[in-house]
Amino acid sequence: MLLEIDGLNIAFPTRRGIVNAAKSVSLSVRAGEVLGLVGESGAGKSTIGNAIIDLLEAPGRVTAGSIRFMGEELRTMDADQMRDVRGKRIGMIFQDPQTSLNPLMTIGAQLVETIEKSTKLRGRGAYDHAVALLEQVGITEAVARLRAYPHQFSGGMRQRVVIALALAGDPDLIIADEPTTALDVSIQAQILDLIKSLCRERNLGVIIVTHDIGVIANIADRVAVMYNGEIVETGDVAQVLGAPKHVYTQSLIAAVPRADTKLDRFTSVDYIEGNTASFRRIDIQNHWLGKSQRHDHTGDAIEVSNLNLSFVLQKAMLKRNRRMLKAVSDVNFTVQKGETFGLVGESGSGKSTVARLIAGLYKPDSGQVHVFGKDINQNRKAPESRAARQALQMIFQDPYSSLNARMRVLDIVAEPIRFYRLTDSEQETRTIVGDLLEHVGLGAAAALKYPHEFSGGQRQRISIARALASRPRILICDEPTSALDVSVQATILNLLKDLQQELGLTMLFISHDLPVIRQMCDRVAIMRHGEICEVAEIDAFFEAPQHSYSKHLLDLMPDMNLLTAPTSKV
Amino acid sequence: MDKIDDKPLTRWQRFKDNDIVWSFLSSPGAMIAAVVASVMILACIFAPVIAPFDPFDPAQISLWDGKLPPSWVEGGQSKYLLGTDNQGRDMFSTILYGGRLSILVGLAAVCLGMVLGVTLGVIAGYVGGVTDAVIMRLADVQLTIPGILLAILINGVGRAALPYELRDEFAIYVVILAIGLTDWPQFARVARGATLVETNKEYVQAARIIGLPSLLIMSRHIMPNTLRPILVIATIGLALAIISEATLSFLGQGIPPTTPSLGTLIRVGNDYLFSGLWWITLFPAVALIVLVFSVNLLGDWLRDALNPKLR
Repeated sequence: MLLEIDGLNIAFPTRRGIVNAAKSVSLSVRAGEVLGLVGESGAGKSTIGNAIIDLLEAPGRVTAGSIRFMGEELRTMDADQMRDVRGKRIGMIFQDPQTSLNPLMTIGAQLVETIEKSTKLRGRGAYDHAVALLEQVGITEAVARLRAYPHQFSGGMRQRVVIALALAGDPDLIIADEPTTALDVSIQAQILDLIKSLCRERNLGVIIVTHDIGVIANIADRVAVMYNGEIVETGDVAQVLGAPKHVYTQSLIAAVPRADTKLDRFTSVDYIEGNTASFRRIDIQNHWLGKSQRHDHTGDAIEVSNLNLSFVLQKAMLKRNRRMLKAVSDVNFTVQKGETFGLVGESGSGKSTVARLIAGLYKPDSGQVHVFGKDINQNRKAPESRAARQALQMIFQDPYSSLNARMRVLDIVAEPIRFYRLTDSEQETRTIVGDLLEHVGLGAAAALKYPHEFSGGQRQRISIARALASRPRILICDEPTSALDVSVQATILNLLKDLQQELGLTMLFISHDLPVIRQMCDRVAIMRHGEICEVAEIDAFFEAPQHSYSKHLLDLMPDMNLLTAPTSKV
Repeated sequence: MDKIDDKPLTRWQRFKDNDIVWSFLSSPGAMIAAVVASVMILACIFAPVIAPFDPFDPAQISLWDGKLPPSWVEGGQSKYLLGTDNQGRDMFSTILYGGRLSILVGLAAVCLGMVLGVTLGVIAGYVGGVTDAVIMRLADVQLTIPGILLAILINGVGRAALPYELRDEFAIYVVILAIGLTDWPQFARVARGATLVETNKEYVQAARIIGLPSLLIMSRHIMPNTLRPILVIATIGLALAIISEATLSFLGQGIPPTTPSLGTLIRVGNDYLFSGLWWITLFPAVALIVLVFSVNLLGDWLRDALNPKLR
């Protein structure tokens, strides 16, 4: 065994009592093997990675158990010995390649420094070794690249450099903490391949810490599933993903969106957010929420024609000296009433900008946005275009910054109702807010609390309630679940599906996650560099993509064949 | 994952749970400073109840008792704890009354500067463009002039604008105005910075999609979220405003000697410094230093408590 952890306990004393981040955790890694450590946020998976190399954040400490690395006990080592192990014999790869490199030093200087610290190579020898390392991690023209600074590299290239740094001391074990979370799918696949091939070539042990079942399915040989500081299941990757034994693993895997078939709903994940399902649901048709508004809405829900928008990157007095970024270029599409339209693309493709243009947060340079046949940018003060905009609400990606921390949930949700005087009395407003909160699965008592008292998924429910309070006909969802854990994502997506059916909403659903798109959307548009490559029916797109970029994206999707068949009941 | 409690927290529970309250209760320096500052401020506010004499009542002042040393020094009288000044007023009472005036001027000036600065700063940050440029350049220009000089200027102009017989009566308001107008750029800068951060957050975009007008977005959503850093500079600004008032009065530009503030007392005492009457200037000066120091300590603690990254 390369690494053996036995009965590890990690405690974080806080002023509200001791939090046990790890409870008698036992793990082992062999040389030449990739161990996936998977769990949702707060499960304690990163803490274990940090504990191995003695880099626990204060005030955390290991209270019991042993960590044996190649037969030596790491816990009893002093700081000097530990420093020798760290870097030389155990390498680390962190999540964010932006911050794990020093922006003021060239890649070469950082690599040579690390090599000189952790091996016997000096000067010319260290330099040659740096070139060799860069070539190993797949960076071409390594000699020229050594003179470059981190900002001259793309995210994926930077992560390759970080991997080269981790390899500098010729370690026996690599701990990779969410190594691909900050990267786009296309780069994620390359980095995972690289880690896997390095593991095989150099006979390394690799621990890969992640929340993403897809990553695990692609790279790991064995999996350990963590929940609430405990390892609930360990085993061969095919066995754990294909035939999970523990209830938590089962519900976790059931919550992973699948790309191969479309399901009506995600199987319920009671094990995780058990107390939300039982709340009272209101009879929408006869409720205030379901009553139609004064303006009747006819025609296509959203029609976008020849939309263009550029951002100024560098200001200048003269037009020719300005540097512009074309964020949206000649975009056309129509969203029919009642359908869910997906907008897919990698980061920087302009999909969120399109959403903000439709919501009226940005004004286009040219082109029109029609909502129910009304141009929203022409004569913005006119009652028709105001009504058209009012019929449209948005749900944002980040559940932490999308709610005003200084307002009670009641005031957040009631804001549009009060502002537009949609009810006759304050009493009625309060009743409606209570009903809304019940309906999104929070319970009316939530109204008197503040946003910080809720978890990410619960906050997203508050966001949904706020959006519904305007009685919208169109809901724009901008990556509504990409900041959430899979289990919570499943419940939120279910809620959105239900609401759409009950209220007959039109949805514009923006995501980078193809399986989620498959589950949610009727039609889909693929965006790249501000342009639309392809618009297609969802099934047609997944079975026979037309554009070469669509094919490329579909090829990169993590292979989920190991997962349990969708019909199996949890 | 958080559990959903059915009962919302009561105000008191929320208060006790607050990180800032907790940080306060676990930093002894801040607690001592808070006790000292609040004892002084309370004593000054309740000066009419606490002080043994009323220095503004001519019937209680006798020139025969003038220039008496503190009670523990030879020649001192027990009824005048800290001695008397040249006009026979009890030093302890005058310090309490003078402190009252100093604190009042400080608070009012900070409030004025804060209201002005935060309003302008939030508008500059939210509206941007030309409005932003005009407001912030104005602030920059004002910051190139030393604060105390500007306060003297505003104070002088303000006094000159008043008819002669009203000058003493309104002197205090002129001083407040002078210090408040000198203060605002600090508040505007911080408020603008915080506004730029908040405006990009999604809750502001959500408010815009709802269709709320800009004024409502600024006042209801952005302003409350900029208050944390504002609170810090307001606390430190209070100490500075008290010093500014004392400086103005010391220079004879501020509060007239008939209604003495701490600064006026120090100035009066300054004339007697070399004739052995040290108590007339020492005690008001010590009171001023202790007050400003404890308020500053509170401000420092507040800055650290509100910005966990500094810890």
